[in-house]
Amino acid sequence: MADLDSFRADTRAWLEANCPAEMREPVRDESDACWGGRNAKFKSDAQKAWMDRMAARGWTVPDWPTEYGGGGLSPAETKTLRQEMARIGARNPLHSFGISMLGPALLKYGTEEQKKRFLPEIARGEIRWCQGYSEPNAGSDLASLQTKCEDKGDHWLVNGQKVWTSYADKADWIFCLVRTDFSAPKHKGISFILFDMASPGVSTKPILLISGNSPFCETFFDDVQVPKDQVVGEVDKGWDVAKYLLGHEREMISGMGLGGNSGSLGEAFADVVAQDPLLRADIARFDVDALACPAFDDEICRHRAQQAPPRAGHGRRRLERARMGQRPLEEGQGRPRMAAHQGQFDRGRDQRGPARNRRQAHSRTPRSLTHAALPQ
Amino acid sequence: MPLYLNDDQNMLRDTARELMGAEGSIANQLRKYRDMECKDGFGHALWKQFGELGLTGILVDEADGGLGLGHVEAGIVLEEIGRNLTPSPFLVTAVAVVEALRGTKLRERWLPGILAGETVAALAIDEGAKHRPEIIEARAERSGNGFRLSGKKQFVVQGASADVILVAARSDEGITLFAVEKGAHGLDVEGVRLADSSIGARMTFDGVEVDSDAVVGEVGGGEAVLKRVLNAGRAGASSELVGLGSQAMAMTVDYLKQRKQFGKLIGEFQALQHRAAHLYSELEIARSAAIKAQQLLDEGAEDAELMVSVAKAKAGRTSALAVQEGVQMHGGIGMTDEYDIGLYMKRDRVLNELFGDANYHADKVARMKGY
Ligand SMILES: Cc1cc2nc3c(=O)[nH]c(=O)nc-3n(C[C@H](O)[C@H](O)[C@H](O)COP(=O)(O)OP(=O)(O)OC[C@H]3O[C@@H](n4cnc5c(N)ncnc54)[C@H](O)[C@@H]3O)c2cc1C
Repeated sequence: MADLDSFRADTRAWLEANCPAEMREPVRDESDACWGGRNAKFKSDAQKAWMDRMAARGWTVPDWPTEYGGGGLSPAETKTLRQEMARIGARNPLHSFGISMLGPALLKYGTEEQKKRFLPEIARGEIRWCQGYSEPNAGSDLASLQTKCEDKGDHWLVNGQKVWTSYADKADWIFCLVRTDFSAPKHKGISFILFDMASPGVSTKPILLISGNSPFCETFFDDVQVPKDQVVGEVDKGWDVAKYLLGHEREMISGMGLGGNSGSLGEAFADVVAQDPLLRADIARFDVDALACPAFDDEICRHRAQQAPPRAGHGRRRLERARMGQRPLEEGQGRPRMAAHQGQFDRGRDQRGPARNRRQAHSRTPRSLTHAALPQ
Repeated sequence: MPLYLNDDQNMLRDTARELMGAEGSIANQLRKYRDMECKDGFGHALWKQFGELGLTGILVDEADGGLGLGHVEAGIVLEEIGRNLTPSPFLVTAVAVVEALRGTKLRERWLPGILAGETVAALAIDEGAKHRPEIIEARAERSGNGFRLSGKKQFVVQGASADVILVAARSDEGITLFAVEKGAHGLDVEGVRLADSSIGARMTFDGVEVDSDAVVGEVGGGEAVLKRVLNAGRAGASSELVGLGSQAMAMTVDYLKQRKQFGKLIGEFQALQHRAAHLYSELEIARSAAIKAQQLLDEGAEDAELMVSVAKAKAGRTSALAVQEGVQMHGGIGMTDEYDIGLYMKRDRVLNELFGDANYHADKVARMKGY
């Protein structure tokens, strides 16, 4: 405990000294999120400095081992770091599917060489990843995927199509589910493969959403050659890797709905809420959940401290969180004073030019619902 | 009175269904005017067709050249408008404003244009972000033979293209409604595109001069007029919400019968069947509530206002459920602009707010029930 206290004190001092004031401001829109990558566009010097300083300490991925670019922190220390960041309102220094999805899968299933090659550049925000899971006919029934991957002796040859690939047009690399054995039962012939989006034969087509933005794409593979050492886990056993990764994705998304873990929505809008008793009751019900759920997060945290894989209940939490993330929006939509006219004004349409659309980041909430039915 | 439709009403529904399903369809109206970034947000040609078919005169007395029908009939048309998300001045102009003009001298000035589907009228009531007609701060000061109006209004439906705006303001005698003509000196109108691609307006009245002919009804008698106008608008909006929700559900059920996952139509999964069945029942209840409210309005019943609030609250919640379930059950495709289901969600958001959301009306129900 004493150790943790001194860790907290040191962390607090370091954050005070190193987190730029601008990075303590609330995130206002998607452009405030830093995603890194080869073609990273930083909104400000402070945004880049914050990412780089955190990465240098391994704190973009505090609980990863130091040899892979992580901070080597224990679960308790990681939690302390997050609490201290929340205390000063520090922004997430780096949004990354590499961190929240691929990293944990590589740590568990990757070869030593793969870990050394891919993890540090994820931690430093140098490579941006996208997720090639869903296909037009493989959504909830993900294991029915048909993207073909053939063994050509000295390389793999990939042909097929993915869809709903978030930020595929901005990503540097993709982690992708492909079928390597068409004769096996559907869960058995799948492999988990990594490749560069700049490979010949890869193309993307943004999909316009009802928000007016285009955060996700159709992604096409036409005779894409992939080096042999880029399959993660055993060939034909990619489903295990895919499921493990989804467990982590669920945890990530379940943390997304609210900025922190302990916010009271009503507190933030006290003056508006006071005028509307029914809204007050709605929001109070929300606050009950918002305040109760961190208890379950602690439970998940303890569970992870024992290195156990995510459990089914964590998916449940993912669903709850997603719902909660959605509810403030729903409450807000009717109440422009609360949510800056979020619902009634057409923000998406107002910004409709194609160039600007591409720069808009995703609207996460509806996805959280569609994803909830993914098979375990 | 039965809740099902009689022969004439069925005929009216067929006419409206045909018009809205063809000329009024999403492709022909909503998407077209949205994509060309139309400043009005609706089509004048279709409004003219409403006039030719007599729909603009549903609530206008026969003596004034209308059909002399009632709110039930207006609701029938609005349900079809709701199904097709047809952007149209019908609800505000031909239902709410016509109700305001009933029995006033202003009829002669404005009804002919409305009947012809040429005139568009707007209602400027709301001042804050939410519908709160109890709180009106716009002022009307006596000036010469008339009044000077000042104050701000927002979310004025079709306000940017209206020929006449009925504005609620507070005079020494109490709330009064005034008919202000487009382009009046001192009136500033700013069109704002809303989530559903319709155009609402923010209006500033900066000492707008009107003469006493512009008073709708009696000076200080605005509350009674507003009550009638809002009852009409709310009941009508309930029908539009029911139509919107019903079509969102129909499209979703259709999708459940097409999309396959796990080797089955997703509509075969019981988890989805239960939700669809629940939604269906909710929509039936909401539709009945809307028709009941309209029947009471047509009868001039004392307790119509209670049922109007019940209808708007129930239809609002049900339509919201329908669009949420609709987008969710469509999976990823439900979020794309290419599919129409998302347009239903956007329209629902705006229509739920119009004339008071479900919370506002639940609260009104509680007050009318004495708690
Ligand atoms: C914003 C967003 C971002 C996304 N990003 C990515 C990404 O980066 N990479 C990627 O690979 N994919 C991504 N996806 C795709 C996502 O994983 C799929 O949308 C999801 O798996 C659902 O598949 P589907 O869209 O084909 O819907 P379907 O599987 O067709 O489902 C349609 C409806 O049926 C329901 N349903 C299906 N099966 C059952 C059942 N057995 N029982 C009950 N209900 C059922 C579903 O819950 C849903 O409501 C994203 C989706 C969204 C919305």
